[in-house]
Amino acid sequence: MSAEHHHHEHSDHHEHHELGFWRKYVFSIDHKVIGIQYAVTALFFLLFGFCLMMMMRWQFAYPLQPMPFIGTWFGETFMPGGVMTPDFFNSLGAMHGTIMVFLGVVPLVVGGFGNYVMPLQIGAPDMSFPKLNMMSYWVFFVGGVIMLASFFVRGGAASSGWTSYAPLSVIAPTGQTYWLIGMVFLITSSLLGSMNFIVTIVQLRAKGLTMFRLPFFVWAQFVTAFLLLLAFPPLEAAGVLQLMDRVAGTSFFLPEGLVVSGQQLVQKREITGGGSPLLWQHLFWFLAHPEVYVLILPAMGIVAEVIANNTRKPLWGYRAMVYATIFLGFMSFIVWAHHMFMTGMGTRLAAFFATTTMIISIPSVVILTALVISLYNASIRFNVPMLFALAFLPMFAIGGLTGLPLGLPVSDIHLHDTFYVIAHFHYVVAPGTIFAIFAGIYHWYPKVTGRMMNSFLGKLHFWVSFISINGVFMPMFFAGMNGMLRRGYDPTAYAYNAPNMGLVKMMSWSAWLLGLAQLPFIINFFWSIKGGRRVSQNPWDATTLEWTAPSPPPHGNFLTEPVVYRGPYEYSVPGPKTDFFPQHLAKAEA
Amino acid sequence: MKSRVAWVSAAMLFAWWCAAPLAPVFAQAAATATAPKITAKIDGEYGYWLPSNIAKQSYAHQGDYLNNLLHWFMAILFVAWGIFFVYCLIRFRSRPGHRANSQLPHAKISKYAEVGVAIFEGVLLIGLAIPAWAAVKNDIPTADRNPLRVRVIGEQFQWTFHYSGADGVFGKTAAAKVDTATNPAGLDKADPHAADDIVVGEFHIPVDRPIICDISSKDVIHSFFVPVLRVKQDAVPGMRIPIWFEAGRTGNYEVACAQLCGNNHYSMRALMVIQTAAEFEEWLKVKSAPPEEFDEDEL
Repeated sequence: MSAEHHHHEHSDHHEHHELGFWRKYVFSIDHKVIGIQYAVTALFFLLFGFCLMMMMRWQFAYPLQPMPFIGTWFGETFMPGGVMTPDFFNSLGAMHGTIMVFLGVVPLVVGGFGNYVMPLQIGAPDMSFPKLNMMSYWVFFVGGVIMLASFFVRGGAASSGWTSYAPLSVIAPTGQTYWLIGMVFLITSSLLGSMNFIVTIVQLRAKGLTMFRLPFFVWAQFVTAFLLLLAFPPLEAAGVLQLMDRVAGTSFFLPEGLVVSGQQLVQKREITGGGSPLLWQHLFWFLAHPEVYVLILPAMGIVAEVIANNTRKPLWGYRAMVYATIFLGFMSFIVWAHHMFMTGMGTRLAAFFATTTMIISIPSVVILTALVISLYNASIRFNVPMLFALAFLPMFAIGGLTGLPLGLPVSDIHLHDTFYVIAHFHYVVAPGTIFAIFAGIYHWYPKVTGRMMNSFLGKLHFWVSFISINGVFMPMFFAGMNGMLRRGYDPTAYAYNAPNMGLVKMMSWSAWLLGLAQLPFIINFFWSIKGGRRVSQNPWDATTLEWTAPSPPPHGNFLTEPVVYRGPYEYSVPGPKTDFFPQHLAKAEA
Repeated sequence: MKSRVAWVSAAMLFAWWCAAPLAPVFAQAAATATAPKITAKIDGEYGYWLPSNIAKQSYAHQGDYLNNLLHWFMAILFVAWGIFFVYCLIRFRSRPGHRANSQLPHAKISKYAEVGVAIFEGVLLIGLAIPAWAAVKNDIPTADRNPLRVRVIGEQFQWTFHYSGADGVFGKTAAAKVDTATNPAGLDKADPHAADDIVVGEFHIPVDRPIICDISSKDVIHSFFVPVLRVKQDAVPGMRIPIWFEAGRTGNYEVACAQLCGNNHYSMRALMVIQTAAEFEEWLKVKSAPPEEFDEDEL
């Protein structure tokens, strides 16, 4: 041990010299810096993806009319005379989905929140593999750059849906190739990250922190990491196969007898054939179904933390929630073909997947019910994080319940690929996960910056968002029930959609209002870094370990190594004078 | 370390930069077909819930029943649970003198509710959903019910309907013989059975008679969707998937494409004309007349 070492009280860190700007803030291996990098990058992508949708909503509500103010910004190829082409519309749709899922939500909830908060909550000085952590961020970054670059190639960005079904995606222009290469980078990033999370949670928990004393947030991240690790590889392989179909003349997903635009499809001087479009669907959905649980589980983790803290009592059914989460993770691997009921599926396979889909609704209900019952006998503080966490509950309920008619094949016949499906999944991920993300940002902001975000702006952000987001998605159930199809450039092309065009306009105006509602948040987020009210180390009077570190925590996190003596949610228990008993205190303060 | 990261990053960027331009750009926009313009007035009632159901096949009504039943169930659950939620928010709000009680409530009702929900879902699954899907797949009308067989072919961006004509036998088809404008089904004109085949862009069917459609596609995945008949089937290239249904009312309705298939996916619409048996026979006779130029939008 060198003489300098006793100046550093954290045990295993070995940088003895001051890091330069680039190593400290850009190519850092500190999980907190990486977490912030992930979070800020992902927030930018969320906003970008949302802007793509706000543009699409113009075309839905005012089909074939020039977009006011900004219509001329996009050039004559994509928006001649300010009217978007159907190709550009399809690109906006495909990239909206891709960016929101793979560049926005997952990097934020896993790379952002998971990276920053999880090591702190388990009392670790950093992740098990800090350099791998840094690599996973930069690989994600390159993937994001490739995705954005695809807008500028000939033919525009990918336009075959975020689902990229073959053969459409195989015959699509170059943007799809960029999408596939971008996905390879993004998936690699997730695989590197998920390994890191699992090892860290298993190996680096503080003394006394048994698995059943972990905050539910950490359990959620743990199961999510397994989902990412096990579900992503088939899609990475499938992405490479599709790339080969596009550039190397293979026919993994191209059957015989294809006639495109009146010509038999020829690649590399041979007629294509021998493959199956359904193979792509199976490989894609094998990832994409567990992926949706990747979207929701960390969000439930955030909501659980905020609710426990702001009800001032332990979570009801913590053990049930943990077992339900593990069961959910396992089940999520055997439901994927409920996305494929209409592909010509026979009775045995349909019965299997309908049954597993019904079964998987049970753990979701268990978790949601536990969170709601946690409100009973509570003392509920309605601060900004709690507003978002509370709103999550009914919004997720609506999303989850509306999965039922979709999960049974015979009722799915009418609803498949309609706006009903869009409403269903957006309810879980938009007023669901994204509200949980906001709850987490307002909740952990004081730990990251040492300052509170402004509460008035936060409440404004919440109420306008809550009302407008329901204005966007609730009408979709009704339009979809009537048969309005998704990914439709001009709904008025079908006479049967005519009665629902009023709803379509309402959705669009609500979406633009929702966009405006984010301005107070963006202003608040940046202004509060320097201008927010300074607060103590534990402004929320919370029990979990991250609140024992300074705000912001230094490199190595804790000034003394934490030891854990009790569970994560000991609020309003007999013993301490205050209404909370932190995990790390050996005994109640006198 | 720094230079290694830089080299690896540069190598990765170089790799994708090399691969991307190799992809051929398919010039498809110009050469795809467009769906015929429809001027007929469309029948049926449409609004904020399920549209008119003019189908007679069992699964159409079972599907509607299940949809409506499920939504009642969902609404009741949501309202009951929502009342409890709002009650808690009001009753247990933080206020001076009010402390939380960390003793966890026993809440047996939640266990009963869970079990009740699971049993309800199980009953629906085994009693209704699984048998209904079995009917969709297995109850293809047998010959004694005199079904009409039609081949439905999807392509970018039109539907083609192929009837076997008076001889009841479909002529041979081949991908190599396809011509989008004159021979969308790729009929082998040398085959004697092809002489009376009818290939049109409008879907005519007789009312009150079982119909079997073989759904397929020539290029990408489409989906044959008729809202008023509660019929939807993906048209997957390389597969020929049979569906069956029976219309109970005459009139003009729309056929939609329910799977993203390219830039004109939104307008891949066909007119479905449900006629009386007599009108349908008349239409068949007119269309079966000696070979003429393929004319998509003639009634």
